[in-house]
Amino acid sequence: MKRSGFDYYAPESISEAVVLLSDLGENTFVMAGGTDLLIRKRHGMIFPDAVVALKKIKGLDRISVGPKKGLVIGATALLADVAAHKGIQNKYPAISDAAKNTANVQIRNMGTVVGNLCNASPSADNAPALLALGATLSIAGPQGDRTLALEDFFLGPGLTALKPAEIVIAATVPPPPANSGAAYVHLSARGKVDCSAVCIGAHIELQGRKVNNARLFVGACAPIPMRTPRAEKTVMRKVFTEKLAEKAGAAASEEALPITDVRATQDYRNSMVAVMTKRALLLAHKRARS
Amino acid sequence: MKHDIQLMVNGDSYSLAIDPSRTLNQVLREDLNLTGTKLGCGSGDCGACTVIVDGRSVSSCLTLAVEVDGKEILTVEGLAPSGEKLHPIQEAFIEKGAIQCGFCTPGMELSAYHLLSQNPTPSEQEIREGLSGNLCRCTGYNKIVEAISVSADRMNRKPSKRKSR
Repeated sequence: MKRSGFDYYAPESISEAVVLLSDLGENTFVMAGGTDLLIRKRHGMIFPDAVVALKKIKGLDRISVGPKKGLVIGATALLADVAAHKGIQNKYPAISDAAKNTANVQIRNMGTVVGNLCNASPSADNAPALLALGATLSIAGPQGDRTLALEDFFLGPGLTALKPAEIVIAATVPPPPANSGAAYVHLSARGKVDCSAVCIGAHIELQGRKVNNARLFVGACAPIPMRTPRAEKTVMRKVFTEKLAEKAGAAASEEALPITDVRATQDYRNSMVAVMTKRALLLAHKRARS
Repeated sequence: MKHDIQLMVNGDSYSLAIDPSRTLNQVLREDLNLTGTKLGCGSGDCGACTVIVDGRSVSSCLTLAVEVDGKEILTVEGLAPSGEKLHPIQEAFIEKGAIQCGFCTPGMELSAYHLLSQNPTPSEQEIREGLSGNLCRCTGYNKIVEAISVSADRMNRKPSKRKSR
């Protein structure tokens, strides 16, 4: 018989949290907003012996935008605060769009961007835009701190590259290069609130009218938020046109590996990857030009 | 192990010893008998359990009570503390027929309260977005949106006018 309760710890520093995670048993869970953890517990998917909450750690909810460091989103920074942050809206609109489109008002007032990443849902709304913008994660652990590209973080549904007792303490996005633009677009059955059936993160850099660099990611269409390199190649060093964006969408659709589930069928997802990739590219291009 | 917590609910202070796995929803309903806050889906989809914690709307079913230690909580009971004089949002809900079975109403009203505290003059679209985390299975959404629009107008008027109404 599994116990229904758990022990609760609220460390006040990152080092204290790491020590707790090292000392407590395997069945210990890190909690930021708790909006995913408590649902999984309620649905009987997990039976935690202990929960280590991060909210009491001072400064971990920090959001900063700087010319050198870029954007730093602390582990307990709320989705609502990222969505409403003027600096993010100005410099990283794809990031605030993704946060704003995650779940509903109440969940955004509780849940965190970093928590959304750490749950490693294939449909995580905040993953594609952060991936497209080349985000890195700052990780603290018993062996010391390390930095990991977000692209190397996701291993499968619910699986990440975090080692035992490690905690993601922040996500960092480098300053956007000149003449670049990024976008996040998504599609879900109800349009709001529910999980995305397809979500796209796009980033392009222009040199004159030509695309000099492109990073395209598709969410909810593979076991992890996946990169679509052939779609990227389609636009590279070409003059950007709507037709080109459409070609890239077609390429992304061939690369994506969606399944049929409660949110959408495989066929519909494949069609929508093409449409949404095109839309994301058009918006990213518009932002790069402005 | 039980944790000692201090909650300020609708202006009243409570000292409680609680199991850390218990949710704010359980503590409000079972320990404090504040059953105006409902429990619907228990997974943050329906909004029936919405309460305000330190000025923000949250799902009380996904909030551990231990995590709101020392915080200020507003439930539907706190919207009309006297039990007689209703909050303008509640008055508008009644006037506009925005209540059918009533189960979603406390959550709707608190989401409206949060929305109007952030944006006192919301457009219809903004009201709908602000309520996107609250489901009404009687599907009375239009009346609810109307009621919030009306209450926003009234709350923005001068207090003296509101009294003389």
